[in-house]
Amino acid sequence: MKIEQQTTVVIGIEHLIGRVEQFRKGGYRLVQVNCTKIGEEFEINYSFEKDYRFENIRIIISPDSEVPSISGMYWGAFVYENEMHDLFGVAVKGMNIDFNGNFIKTSIPYPFRNLQFQGEGPCQGK
Amino acid sequence: MSRKIVVPFGPQHPVLPEPIHLDLVLEDETVVDVIPSIGYVHRGLETLVAKREYTEYVYIAERTCGICSFIHGMTYCQGIEQIMDLEVPQRALYLRTIWSEYSRLHSHLLWLGLFADAMGFENLFMNAWRLREFVLDVLEETTGGRVIQGSCKVGGVRRDISNERLAIMAAELTQFEADLSDLSDVFLHDDSIQSRLVNVGTLSRTDAYDLGAVGPVARGSGVAIDLRKTGYAAYGDLRFEPITETSGDSYGRCAVRVRELFSSIDLIRQAIEKIPEGDIEVKVKGNPDGEYFSRSEQPRGELVHYLKGNGTKHLVRSRIRTPTLTNIPPLVKMLRGCELADVPVIVLSIDPCIGCAER
Amino acid sequence: MGYFEMAKTAIRSVISRPATLMYPARPGKRSSLSRGHVVIDVSRCISCGMCMKKCPSEAICVDKEVKIWTIDRLRCVVCNSCIEVCPVHCLTMDGQYSSAVLTHSGLETFPITYVKPERPKKNETGETAEA
Repeated sequence: MKIEQQTTVVIGIEHLIGRVEQFRKGGYRLVQVNCTKIGEEFEINYSFEKDYRFENIRIIISPDSEVPSISGMYWGAFVYENEMHDLFGVAVKGMNIDFNGNFIKTSIPYPFRNLQFQGEGPCQGK
Repeated sequence: MSRKIVVPFGPQHPVLPEPIHLDLVLEDETVVDVIPSIGYVHRGLETLVAKREYTEYVYIAERTCGICSFIHGMTYCQGIEQIMDLEVPQRALYLRTIWSEYSRLHSHLLWLGLFADAMGFENLFMNAWRLREFVLDVLEETTGGRVIQGSCKVGGVRRDISNERLAIMAAELTQFEADLSDLSDVFLHDDSIQSRLVNVGTLSRTDAYDLGAVGPVARGSGVAIDLRKTGYAAYGDLRFEPITETSGDSYGRCAVRVRELFSSIDLIRQAIEKIPEGDIEVKVKGNPDGEYFSRSEQPRGELVHYLKGNGTKHLVRSRIRTPTLTNIPPLVKMLRGCELADVPVIVLSIDPCIGCAER
Repeated sequence: MGYFEMAKTAIRSVISRPATLMYPARPGKRSSLSRGHVVIDVSRCISCGMCMKKCPSEAICVDKEVKIWTIDRLRCVVCNSCIEVCPVHCLTMDGQYSSAVLTHSGLETFPITYVKPERPKKNETGETAEA
């Protein structure tokens, strides 16, 4: 039993701004932006909602490419974009408030980019 | 025209339960701009999916927040169940609903106490927390934990509540509701509270929607977003309406939460009345393969757990978007143009939970 | 606008008993489901290691060779999952919280005293051998 229908459309990075603008004009609100590392690529999801209708667009980028900021259309997007930059090292161009990597303070830069765990095994530290 | 000065506010401040830092740009006593900054309590919880099996991660998901822990666990389990197409027994869904609503009562009462404290109304703070103790007792008696309930699991719930116990819970709510209405009268009608809250930190309806406000922040400005209306858990079978206020100021946000307390009590009563008999869990076989944006309504607003599995016992990604993170841009908007002395009250009025915002 | 909204609550607070318990002179409230700390019955543990595998916080360590069961009380999140998976039910939940410690060490070690009963096997005279 599905609670709600969720659509995901994969688009090219060059169509991102145009699609987000359509959502903005259509009266959608920005739900979230997130980044997932799949192999050597990053998947970035932009989720929108209007009247409980959930729609999601996705771009797939290589780690060194630059993503245009959507904060011109959704002012509040800066929290997600700064977070994406600080945790994954995704370069975002043209953010309205750019914290330059100081939004989430971590001891190692871009910790989610190359995950490493210390002390493997069930009896760690012993 | 006076010159501008910058006053740092937080991360350590008597009024803040959790560390958020604001650089307030002041002109005389008026705030003209705000730069928010978080990042003091980042724990990297989301990466632990690479290390823990998806059935064990529910304990970590629950510990994202110390207040709305049950709803975090439930949303995570719901996401995995949606990916794996599990049919969760109705009784489990109703139990989840009951515990969610008790969590909402406990969170709102906690917030009302802290809010009274931020206004300098210590007596009211203690009264709110005394009532909260009743809710915590019910949670402990039914789940074993006061704030970390740990009663949700993938495929159902770990503990049942007997029907006799449910009847007692429903009966106890009558006295609780009477106590609560004394408390709510103070919050809604008291003169000193109104003078601190009315027309303070106003957020217009358009701004609230455009900036992505969720939960009581959005509803206090007249935007009727309530994810419970999507009908997850047993909410589809229960009657309720999203509670909205139109004023958009701190008083509006406070009134939404006060009125939601009564709506939660009503939802618990309905759920106890309608709860069916039956199993409380289904057997979970296999591993999740697929993705889902699991959404639910936390006391603070809309919560999103994005889960992606690849058919192994470890998920590829769990991403937790908490309501506080998305309520930060509206907070910036509210603070512009307010007086310096009102900043603590406005910050508290969004119910900030920075621990969950950073995970 | 309202005045004296608190008066009713304030008067009631004056004449009624305090809402708090005089802890620790009176014990804190506990219920039968309360999770305090994990207790092991070492005489029944078969050192299967299921609790170690299922522990979400990696607090439990079972060493099958030297027969030692270790728990790190500071890591343990008292989630009850070890108790649910234990096949011989030698783990139980005690309602009392484990006490605070002054040094950074919550390690508690329990030697496992369980001895596997030998399979009663037929010997030449037909009698069964007791372990």
